[in-house]
Amino acid sequence: MAKATFRIWRGDASEAQFVDYETEVSEGMVVLDAVHRIQAEQANDLAVRWNCKAGKCGSCSAEVNGNPKLMCMTRLNDLPLDQPVTVEPMRAFPIIKDLVTDVSWNFKVKEKMKPFTPRPPDAEDGTWRMAQEDIDHVQEFRKCIECFLCQDVCHVLREHDLHDEFIGPRFFVYAASLEMHPIDTENRLEELKNEDGIGYCNITKCCTKVCPEHITITDNAIIPLKERVVDQFYDPIKRLFRVFSG
Amino acid sequence: MASYETFDYDILIIGAGGAGLRAAIEAATGDLKVGLVCKSLLGKAHTVMAEGGVAAALANVDERDSWRVHFADTMRGGQYLSDARMAELHAKESPDRVRELEAWGALFDRTQDGSILQRNFGGHQYPRLAHVGDRTGLEMIRALQDHGIHQGIEVHMENTVVSLLKTEDRVSGAFGYEREKGRFKIFSAKAVVLATGGVGKAYKITSNSWEYTGDGHSLAYHAGAELIDMEFVQFHPTGMVWPPSVRGILVTEGVRGEGGILTNSEGNRFMFDDIPDLYVNQTADNPEEGWLYTQGDREARRPPELLTRDHVARCIVREVQEGRGSPHGGVFLDIAWIKEKIPNAPEHIRRKLPSMYHQFKELADIDITQEPMEVGPTTHYIMGGIRVDADTQMTCVPGLFAAGECAAGLHGANRLGGNSLSDLLVFGKRAGEYAAQFALENGTVPLEESEIDTIAQHVLKPFDNPEDGDNPYEIQAQLQEKMQELVGIARSEESLTQALEEIQSLREKADNVHAIGNREYNAGWHTALDLDCLLTVSEATALAALERRASIGAHSRDDYPEKEEPDAGKYNTIVRKDNDGVMAIRREPVPDLTEEYQQIIEEIG
Repeated sequence: MAKATFRIWRGDASEAQFVDYETEVSEGMVVLDAVHRIQAEQANDLAVRWNCKAGKCGSCSAEVNGNPKLMCMTRLNDLPLDQPVTVEPMRAFPIIKDLVTDVSWNFKVKEKMKPFTPRPPDAEDGTWRMAQEDIDHVQEFRKCIECFLCQDVCHVLREHDLHDEFIGPRFFVYAASLEMHPIDTENRLEELKNEDGIGYCNITKCCTKVCPEHITITDNAIIPLKERVVDQFYDPIKRLFRVFSG
Repeated sequence: MASYETFDYDILIIGAGGAGLRAAIEAATGDLKVGLVCKSLLGKAHTVMAEGGVAAALANVDERDSWRVHFADTMRGGQYLSDARMAELHAKESPDRVRELEAWGALFDRTQDGSILQRNFGGHQYPRLAHVGDRTGLEMIRALQDHGIHQGIEVHMENTVVSLLKTEDRVSGAFGYEREKGRFKIFSAKAVVLATGGVGKAYKITSNSWEYTGDGHSLAYHAGAELIDMEFVQFHPTGMVWPPSVRGILVTEGVRGEGGILTNSEGNRFMFDDIPDLYVNQTADNPEEGWLYTQGDREARRPPELLTRDHVARCIVREVQEGRGSPHGGVFLDIAWIKEKIPNAPEHIRRKLPSMYHQFKELADIDITQEPMEVGPTTHYIMGGIRVDADTQMTCVPGLFAAGECAAGLHGANRLGGNSLSDLLVFGKRAGEYAAQFALENGTVPLEESEIDTIAQHVLKPFDNPEDGDNPYEIQAQLQEKMQELVGIARSEESLTQALEEIQSLREKADNVHAIGNREYNAGWHTALDLDCLLTVSEATALAALERRASIGAHSRDDYPEKEEPDAGKYNTIVRKDNDGVMAIRREPVPDLTEEYQQIIEEIG
């Protein structure tokens, strides 16, 4: 059986470095399989998050050869195995240990956002009527598995560290899924403009490129939200209207 | 004395999948303080992997559907070993539980008139599964999560409970550790709800994640609760078989619901060869009728691919054993063939089964719109579990409740697809509601300090064990091999007796496994601690499987091929820890169906 070397980030916030592990690789293996084999055979205490191993839960996010990836969906035969495969934690979040980072900031951001608020039900049995074509685009946003790879790759968070002023692509997608939900009645545009920092996004589309669910984050979520913000706060006719309507 | 942080709650929920989240939301509707502990990050629980849909007799697609039909389907699917009261509550309440998800933001696929669309699934007479493509579980858990985070519930993510605490007869809290630093946490609570999911990690080939180590089953067992029908482990007929690293990953029954067919190496649609008597009247007798059924023809009967999971899994095993399998030891599941029937078939398949399309494309280089998949059985679900009261979900231990996969009663000998997600919602809500009621009616009980210290010592033991002690992963792998081989789809007295011996010897080794490193996010240590749960549920399953000398539902005995033992009648198997700490098993007859239930079943046919 063939062998390959995996250069894995080991350590915690105080001290960490790459450690090389050589392990056997076989047909169809993904990076997570190799990490698990190393964990079981050579490094029992290696920290790695994972759950479904099928690209559905978004737990095993990491940077493989420098690219933000789900380890469970990254096949070894797509990587050059004649050189070490580097596996390191997401760099936009504080490290806990080895491949595990502290992503708790994301959960706090979501809690602060205005929750879904439906209009009164359409029918007596408490249900609503919605046409499939009116929910197709919202269903795209709801495919998000919260792997936070888009957050990891976003330069506003990764390089400028603006976690206090900018909620990141994941939560613009979340905001879009609520704002465009056919029965939601809440308005989140003021928060998007003032607290969530949507203006910081300069639509480089890095987030869209790394999304394992292929959500067109920038074009379908962020840009339409930016347009809505502009419409509400900068449209001269609407501003005039607001002056007169008080 | 060990150091630990203490948290006081009225209600503690252990597990944050569909059942745990639903229970927490319900428990938090009053002024009660609710704590929620989960092993992973919030929203990553196994519910997220559910694909096909949630069963509820909404009757949006076929107005002939009703709770009575859903009840009868569930009872038949469970081979009449289900708790009829649970089946009734489930069938009656699941429509409201699904509608309520919509009020919390869930967006199910729609019918032409804009209501919730429903699809066909095995064992359900009418299209009954509300769904979102093939990612229904994600939609459900996200709706619960996004609603739940605004209900004042305190969430402890990446925390594992290793023992329940009791004060005299009552449950009084739980002992756990947090992964990040390995620190101990004590949770005191007036009522505890277990919602920990299943046991799939006891097997080698499984669709389940690392979390599925039978924690709730084991916690309840050690606290004095009963486990019921633990022999009924569902092997889902269609898991991926190739490449080896993805073996076991689920292929949704939705593929067959949308018209997918099973064939063997001779190109034969073998499911037509063996249709059980119980289902002859409901099953198509030719391929065209089966196809029409999947396309919504109300006069057509369902294709045999949509027979219950236990039966389909056995048929696949038979084909493979008799030399008619696919190259990698499965059979073929073909959805690409529908291009003979409908225009734009590839686009249709990608829209109806998007995550299956990507799963095969990315993990197996297979384009399911063009070529068949290779599939075989994978350990998926346990019907058996913690015995609870049908209405309240309380166990025989006062203050201890259970809901979802770790609880038992609804599914009998075999679970219908789609009945799990609805189970989580219906009984998660009930568990939360009655746990809250229990907490209101009963005061706080003081914790017993001495017990806590004993547990702490036990939890740290893997670090103190000699360095030449076994590797915890090695023991886990050996257990999985043995369970797969000896307590799998085909069982016998010989294999089960041997399994119990193997489990015993692995238990001795597990006691001496060595954990390297320190307490910080140490997967080896966690694996060592999970072993006790895995061994407990494995023993219970093997013991119950040995006790049931018949082949019924998901339980197949090579040495007892008949459905019932002569003169034994219908019974449930019950496992409980006896006074000497030994696992004891007994049988209890299944209560006779009431006249009303009997009447519904006869009427539905």
